Amino acid sequence: MDTTLLTTVGGKLKAKFGDAIISAEQHYDFPVFVIRKDAIFDVMKFLKEDEESAYTFLTTLCGLHYPDQKGHELGVMYQLHNLQKNNRIRLKTFFPVSDPQIPTVTTLFETANWMERQEFDFYGIIFKGHPNLKRILNMDEMTYHPMRKEYPLEDGTREDKDDKMFGR
Amino acid sequence: MSKEKNTNTDIIEKEYTTLNLGPTHPATHGIFQNVLKMDGEIIVEGESTVGYIHRAFEKIAERRPYYQITVLTDRMNYCSSPINNMGWHMTVEKLLKIEIPKRVQYMRVIIMELSRISDHIICNTIIGQDAGGTTGFLYLFQWRERIYEVFEEICGARLTTNIGRIGGLERDFSPKAWALIDKFLKDFPPKLQEFNNLLMRNRIFMDRTINCGPITGERALEYGFTGPNLRAAGVDYDVRVMNPYSSYEEFDFIVPVGTQGDTYDRFMVRDEEMKQSLSIIQQALDKIKKEPEGVFHADVPEFFLPPKEEVYNNMEALIYHFKIVMGETEIPVGEVYHAVEGGNGELGFYLISDGGRSPYRLHFRRPCFIYYQAYTEMIKGQLLSDAILTMSSMNVIAGELDA
Repeated sequence: MDTTLLTTVGGKLKAKFGDAIISAEQHYDFPVFVIRKDAIFDVMKFLKEDEESAYTFLTTLCGLHYPDQKGHELGVMYQLHNLQKNNRIRLKTFFPVSDPQIPTVTTLFETANWMERQEFDFYGIIFKGHPNLKRILNMDEMTYHPMRKEYPLEDGTREDKDDKMFGR
Repeated sequence: MSKEKNTNTDIIEKEYTTLNLGPTHPATHGIFQNVLKMDGEIIVEGESTVGYIHRAFEKIAERRPYYQITVLTDRMNYCSSPINNMGWHMTVEKLLKIEIPKRVQYMRVIIMELSRISDHIICNTIIGQDAGGTTGFLYLFQWRERIYEVFEEICGARLTTNIGRIGGLERDFSPKAWALIDKFLKDFPPKLQEFNNLLMRNRIFMDRTINCGPITGERALEYGFTGPNLRAAGVDYDVRVMNPYSSYEEFDFIVPVGTQGDTYDRFMVRDEEMKQSLSIIQQALDKIKKEPEGVFHADVPEFFLPPKEEVYNNMEALIYHFKIVMGETEIPVGEVYHAVEGGNGELGFYLISDGGRSPYRLHFRRPCFIYYQAYTEMIKGQLLSDAILTMSSMNVIAGELDA
């Protein structure tokens, strides 16, 4: 497993942002950095504008929900790509479900527009400063955010289906 | 200029018309809605509404065992479902650290390239159709039919294929399948050439498509374009080359790029990609001849379902069958991202496993969803008929857009 990226980008971020970088780990072929919520925008801006890093392409972003991590239930995963040097990194940030606010990255990456709308729709994550934050795939009248773990996939009142035997 | 005339024009207020293009307008090839503000026949601005066939695949996937998620991927970009299937298998194989035999990798390449051709056939003929030439559409669709016959021979299904399994393929290609592939490789190029003769240097077609819905390379990158649409704008990003999977690094092929990023360039890039795919299939056929025969899956009994006759007659196979179906296999905890070059661009799977029977979180990076947000910008200031043509040349597939 090649971990040079983990040390180079990780070292750079540590030097610039200090303890805002909570952890840096290698997951399969990706270095994954967990960033404190208040620094996420600055980190992304730095990674995009720094000439050596030049992560100018946002591949994807997605919401995460871990109900058991108290105080850090919701999260967002960003995946950046440096097309010239062809390397990719993943950033994550977590925040409490009671205050699901995070700065938008649409000012850095225009493509984040619909991606953030999608995660707002499914997780109720409020991207502050987003130009048009409204539901995208679900209907506007919906009152909940269906990808959160507390919403069961199937109708909870059904008794004819028992998944106890089948693990989770 | 006289003063009275100026005041006169000030009094006349300009009025725009609002036009609902869709949700089911036949020319939009799917359920898309665009609310357009029109100045006569010119589009001033527009807003896209998506989500008409949203089926919550990401949520469903959190309650399905890994092998049952393949059928969900079928229904994303249904024009090239085998690529989606293979992408999903490879994601899980990456998580499980399964090494796939070379022969299986080449067989997968053949399947993926065949489906790329069928995907591009749809897109390119539809461009012709929307520019006013139905002949090419009907003519080349016969050849898409030949590809579906190959799929039918390999896996029994045609459109939503569920082809392959985690760890390999469900069965070896039959002699008939090999023969069909060979015949397709021989018969298709002249027919494609005939189709190209019809459109490629056709004055009407060129006038209609050149400068229709253009986008620059910089804007395309900002909007997260991938695949043929990005390459038509002049950026040579192809997942098969940048992050090779399934032994693509061993193949020799050209990544075609355009310059203008308009409908004509997208047509040309897809056309050249079809030719390159044919050459990749030929190379894969040659490589397979050098590999040991009859291998169609990796030797991973704990993840690959044993054949039925063994399940009924062999204790060990029965145990493995039970374990796989009941979700008793050991799945490592971790997170992986794997991307394949789909018909429309980088199709990514982001999978978080907590060791359970089904993923903890599965996120699909759907290229259509990401690049369709640029559509309203691309059609600004264009004619309504060009907007239709732009949409068909972007190859927006409703299933992938809405997942």
